[in-house]
Amino acid sequence: METKKTSLYQLHQDCNAKFVEFAGYQMPIRYSEGIVEEHKFTRNHSGIFDVSHMGQLFIYGGDELIKDLEKIFPLDLKNLKLNHSKYSFLMDKDAGIQDDLIITKIDEGFLIILNAACKDNDFKILKELLKEQYKMVLDENRSLIAIQGPKSSQILNEIVDGVKDLNFMSGNWFLFDNQKVYITRSGYTGEDGFEISILNNYADKLTRELINKGSKLAGLGARDTLRLEAGLCLYGHDLDKDKTPVEANLKWAISKERISKGDFIGSDIIIKQLNDGVTKIRVGIKPEGRIIAREKTKIFNQSDVHIGEITSGTFGPSVNGPVAMGYVENEFSKKNTKVFLEVRGKKYAANICSLPFYKKSYVKGVN
Amino acid sequence: MSEVKYSKEHEWIKLEGDVATIGITKHATEMLGDIVFAELPEKGSNVEKDGTAGVVESTKAASDVYTPVSGEVVDTNQEIVDDPSKINQDPENSAWFFKLKIKDKSEMDSLMNKDDYDKFAKENNT
Repeated sequence: METKKTSLYQLHQDCNAKFVEFAGYQMPIRYSEGIVEEHKFTRNHSGIFDVSHMGQLFIYGGDELIKDLEKIFPLDLKNLKLNHSKYSFLMDKDAGIQDDLIITKIDEGFLIILNAACKDNDFKILKELLKEQYKMVLDENRSLIAIQGPKSSQILNEIVDGVKDLNFMSGNWFLFDNQKVYITRSGYTGEDGFEISILNNYADKLTRELINKGSKLAGLGARDTLRLEAGLCLYGHDLDKDKTPVEANLKWAISKERISKGDFIGSDIIIKQLNDGVTKIRVGIKPEGRIIAREKTKIFNQSDVHIGEITSGTFGPSVNGPVAMGYVENEFSKKNTKVFLEVRGKKYAANICSLPFYKKSYVKGVN
Repeated sequence: MSEVKYSKEHEWIKLEGDVATIGITKHATEMLGDIVFAELPEKGSNVEKDGTAGVVESTKAASDVYTPVSGEVVDTNQEIVDDPSKINQDPENSAWFFKLKIKDKSEMDSLMNKDDYDKFAKENNT
């Protein structure tokens, strides 16, 4: 299958992007200034990320749809206000995570943002679970542009008036060039920011205007270092079918009201794990010194017993040191527990730490 | 007169007497991106031609550094371990990796000169 290109492909080329194939798309990994500069510019000013490869799934329906989606997602959707968003997951019957997602209540139903590598499979699963009763569109005509960092609100507001008044994890329809764009205040960097859903034909123009106002393109490389510093999970690495939301330390995202009823896919396992505890759990891991422990690095305890594995690890430019996440046996998950990481045959000391590595500066929401 | 030669693994090597200074090329640093970690061989250890003699890591991945000739490690550049970004700034000069007392000067013969390496780097721009 030929790799797909997003609407911003020409712009990426104009900005000297280095491309990688990711989930069937040609995506920019970095531009001429490099990952570290792009990362820092996003933290200090404003970075633009083309995330058009991600799935934008519109499901249309009313109260019946809400009831049916509550059988799938562990969310209190009937009380989710119009234009408000929640982080959630699509689980299998064993509570294994098939994807993580953001679901937003819109006028006509719901908008769900899905991971690029999972979106086609998610669509199939959801279509079956909803028994084809609702109109579902995995919209290929819309691009998704994220703008992240402390200056983003001011910059985007110059082009799309009113966005600065959005609360965190909420959205609305706005106008750009007389076209309806759906903008949410959200992101994946630990910074204040927005995600803009816009028709493909207008994505290039919007992005160039954002650049003219002082924002800069940042690639998937910076997106990864930013999200890891922010302690956010990457599907296919920190999350997969062999891990549950409780093991992933994401129980905050499961509605307590829904747990008490327990009538969603995977609820039996979730309730059991919440009551009995889990054997492995996701933690932050900070290596001592400069050694970088990457995905699949083995974790040992002080008695040299294998207790877990790194699922994401890199150098954090804002932390100015290595950062990692991984799963360890529950008894070793306490903050400040000393562990050892096996890198190229040698063992290096590290400590279990709380997440995020880098403090968030989100705009407060009303939730 | 010292001569600089280049390997297919993108190392440069400068021979002065029987001591060779080795580092990675500018082209290599451009392919790697921002270097955030460097590991060097131990002083006093022996390294073999084409064997691993260090590691550099960008935010994305780790890459081995190979030695283009055999010898005993007589010096290493601690400055690039303490601040790996120096490798991006001045790869073919102050950000050298290690110095070897070499055994067999003829190992230099199979390496490329500057013109050949530039051509090779252009063709292998991955």
